[in-house]
Amino acid sequence: MSEEINQYIKSEYAAGFITDIESETLPPGLNEDVIRFISAKKGEPEWLLEWRLKAFEIFMEMEEPTWAHVHYPKINFQDISYYSSPKSMADKPQSLDEVDPELLRTYEKLGIPLHEQEVLAGVANVAMDVVFDSVSVATTFREKLSEAGVIFMPISEAVHKHPELVKKYLGSVVPQRDNYYAALNCAVFSDGSFVYIPKGVRCPMELSTYFRINEQNTGQFERTLIIADEGSHVSYLEGCTAPMRDENQLHAAVVELVALDNAEIKYSTVQNWYPGDENGKGGIYNFVTKRAVAHTNAKVSWTQVETGSAVTWKYPSCILKGDNSIGEFYSVALTNNFQQADTGTKMIHLGKNTKSTIISKGISAGKSQNAYRGLVRMNPSAEGARNFTQCDSLLIGDKCGAHTFPYIESKHPSAVIEHEATTSTVSDDQMFLCQQRGIDPEKAVSMIVNGFCKEVFKELPMEFAVEAGKLLEVSLEGSVG
Amino acid sequence: MLSIKNLHAKVEEKDILKGLNIEIKPGEIHAIMGPNGAGKSTLGNVLSGREGYEVTDGEVIFDGKNILDMDTEERAREGLFLAFQYPVEIPGVSNLEFLKASVDAVRAHRGQDPLDSVSFLKLAREKCKAVNLDQNFLKRGVNEGFSGGEKKRNEIMQMMLLEPKLCILDETDSGLDIDALQVVAEGVNSQRDPNRSFIVVTHYQRLLDYIVPDYVHVLAGGKIVKSGGKELALELEEKGYGWIENGAA
Repeated sequence: MSEEINQYIKSEYAAGFITDIESETLPPGLNEDVIRFISAKKGEPEWLLEWRLKAFEIFMEMEEPTWAHVHYPKINFQDISYYSSPKSMADKPQSLDEVDPELLRTYEKLGIPLHEQEVLAGVANVAMDVVFDSVSVATTFREKLSEAGVIFMPISEAVHKHPELVKKYLGSVVPQRDNYYAALNCAVFSDGSFVYIPKGVRCPMELSTYFRINEQNTGQFERTLIIADEGSHVSYLEGCTAPMRDENQLHAAVVELVALDNAEIKYSTVQNWYPGDENGKGGIYNFVTKRAVAHTNAKVSWTQVETGSAVTWKYPSCILKGDNSIGEFYSVALTNNFQQADTGTKMIHLGKNTKSTIISKGISAGKSQNAYRGLVRMNPSAEGARNFTQCDSLLIGDKCGAHTFPYIESKHPSAVIEHEATTSTVSDDQMFLCQQRGIDPEKAVSMIVNGFCKEVFKELPMEFAVEAGKLLEVSLEGSVG
Repeated sequence: MLSIKNLHAKVEEKDILKGLNIEIKPGEIHAIMGPNGAGKSTLGNVLSGREGYEVTDGEVIFDGKNILDMDTEERAREGLFLAFQYPVEIPGVSNLEFLKASVDAVRAHRGQDPLDSVSFLKLAREKCKAVNLDQNFLKRGVNEGFSGGEKKRNEIMQMMLLEPKLCILDETDSGLDIDALQVVAEGVNSQRDPNRSFIVVTHYQRLLDYIVPDYVHVLAGGKIVKSGGKELALELEEKGYGWIENGAA
């Protein structure tokens, strides 16, 4: 069977085209001047420049982490360009009509709706912020959102329009010193989305950011900050793609979520960065720090579908600070060919009666390596805290690997922690049953894998769930062997 | 319908079938009996084109076509159906989704449009009823947590939906109590048709009380060593396989 499976895993990366557009790109190199340049380019206030420089200082003192179950050549941070912007963005367009048509065509090709009327005509009810290399190129539905008091804009703009919120919360969940890549992000972050949902408001539509890396030898270092004020509710989606290039490109993002008392944030990601070719050449290094803090009675839910990137290092986490707060993590991570993923979550229970749920589905095909790494920590203050973890691995073929690294620390005698784990394969018997019923081997694998992921897909917003299913099918092409 | 001539096949370098011949006409039921290890299950797997089963000699003509060069799924779409002895579970994939994919694939091969979801659901419910399976089984994962009897009835339901030309029942009676056996047999009998043939592979005569064959063949040592009418099964039940095997040797 594995021969058959391999034959079908050879995938075409549909988002791999390059947009031919003139860009203003900083020459490769990382130093204080680069940071001053980025900060000046965005007209940032002095405090933010100082904050960036402090982060850079910290970064220079830190060592690259090596504990993850991934292997890649040492990154030379001097070879990367830290800022790239389409030239046409120099005079920032005031509306979509002024955006470079070539850019708009890029998003059309990717199936991302930027024209509001198109969105309205379709099924999706989604407001988009679109980040192209280092800048945000368009944010839709801002007026409709502002009627509800919702702020949704590029973070570079929020720095000017809502400095009090940015200053109060930036770095409050992921501080400069947090880790190596987070420190780098703090120093050189370019753009990203900023969301504020006022007290008691239920955001009237899904918010979404679409990230795309286009320019060669650039890194993308976006920073997303979402604040859900007391009793508010928001659902946020994030998607990512990049052209096919032979060189590896670095993506080191930071996402901070703040859910104040009784608030709820649902954060969904479909990550489809270019994974490299079938020989392991090229692809994105996806080194991302995502963390949420949940105050009293608040709830944060992370759902991720990770199919792209050459190397993934990512642990969307929850700090359950307030009593009765809830953290959830639903993850599908699929690796194929030479992809490597080390992903999972951290649930840090501080408040009383806090609850967390972790459902992780890892799928390995080709010669890939897929690791789940998760920490559940019950602090001495976390009376009555509970966790349930389910961690399942599915192997396709016999040349891939699945690894599980669960860390459990309980410092309160009343804590209840459950951990379940399974490892299975797409078996010859399952394939034979499907084929004997007339079903194509590719269709059979994708059906079996989709069935395996069902518990996670049902957490995704409807239109995303369909996308995710299709994406798995494409990513698995050639995995039947 | 099916013509097997001098079929030789091996599994993992071991010769299992050693010159098997069978002719099956449309509408006939042929029972294949034999001791354990005679190659009974191998026959179903070889005819279905399962990977790992290598045909080393002979020919198999199904409905006028040489099927030995076809992929498993192609043979299935041509109308060859294998009811499994131990149906495997596919967790998370609903029975309904699986059945629809299967029926759509077979219909596409026949040049028919896929059925819309509503018509399909109606059809699937009908078939569930016919084999006495609760409709909830359509929502559950394929064979997931089904009892032995439920799995077998699920197989028969699939057969009814796909309307194959040739059905191979591989020890369908194993692990069934009498009640379940009757339900399964009724399902099979309801599918008897002048244009549909059956190969019933079984170790025991019991099943043949319910599914009455036109011919009975004894498979031993990789070939048919004796053929006869339905009364041969009774004789085997009485005397065991020893007398034939000894005679063959």
